[in-house]
Amino acid sequence: MAQKQYGTAIVEVDAEGFMSDFSQWTREIAAAIAKEEGIAELTPVHWKVIDYIQRDFRENGQVPSIRKLNKSGVIGTKELYALFPGGPAKKAAKIAGMKKPEGCV
Amino acid sequence: MGDKITKVSIIISKGGLDGVYPGLILANGARMEGIEANLFFTFFGQDAITKKRMGKIKVATVGNPGMHMASLLGMLPGMSAMATSMMKKTMEKLDIPPVPEYIEMISDAGCKLYACKMTVDMFKLKKEDFCPQVDSIITVGKFYEIAAGGEIIFT
Repeated sequence: MAQKQYGTAIVEVDAEGFMSDFSQWTREIAAAIAKEEGIAELTPVHWKVIDYIQRDFRENGQVPSIRKLNKSGVIGTKELYALFPGGPAKKAAKIAGMKKPEGCV
Repeated sequence: MGDKITKVSIIISKGGLDGVYPGLILANGARMEGIEANLFFTFFGQDAITKKRMGKIKVATVGNPGMHMASLLGMLPGMSAMATSMMKKTMEKLDIPPVPEYIEMISDAGCKLYACKMTVDMFKLKKEDFCPQVDSIITVGKFYEIAAGGEIIFT
């Protein structure tokens, strides 16, 4: 298992940099991962998505799909792609400290 | 890691649920990976973007070897409707949207949608017959121009 350092924190990650132990996640780490993914600053709308992903994961045991994010009224698909350019579902999950989402939709 | 795919242009040429979905899933999946994507609808594939047909696409139970069903059975009234409803339920469970919603989602994801001019001429269709997500009606030549520098997938 690989490790990665964000500031003073050291976290467990998989080969693609997804955190493998959510208990190590902090908002500061999220901001650092976001920077790595090309998002300079996490805005309140970013946080709304991240908070929802984490809440939904706690309730259902899986990372919500883009479709669910849209249908639940959290964020429209267009906006989501604009907020997390170049692969929104994976990027948002990575920043939220989730494991890499599997699935084709 | 080898070369990454950065652009795909997907042709959907067949009607019916089993004809339309593979291309839609490929296009949406491409956008989810940050890959630039175009969809080109031709022949019966255009049912997926035609306003009056996109919500009524069924799976064929006759002459469809993939259904593992004798064609005589498939001819029974209601068979196609039943197979379609079963398939739709399964897809809903897998979080795959119905065609009209999927088209909207794919377009919102930044994939461009095009209709084939020859099919449009053949079936005497107009731009207004298509859902608003369709960017334009284009020729094969234009398609190649748009697809330049990327992969082309035919379904």
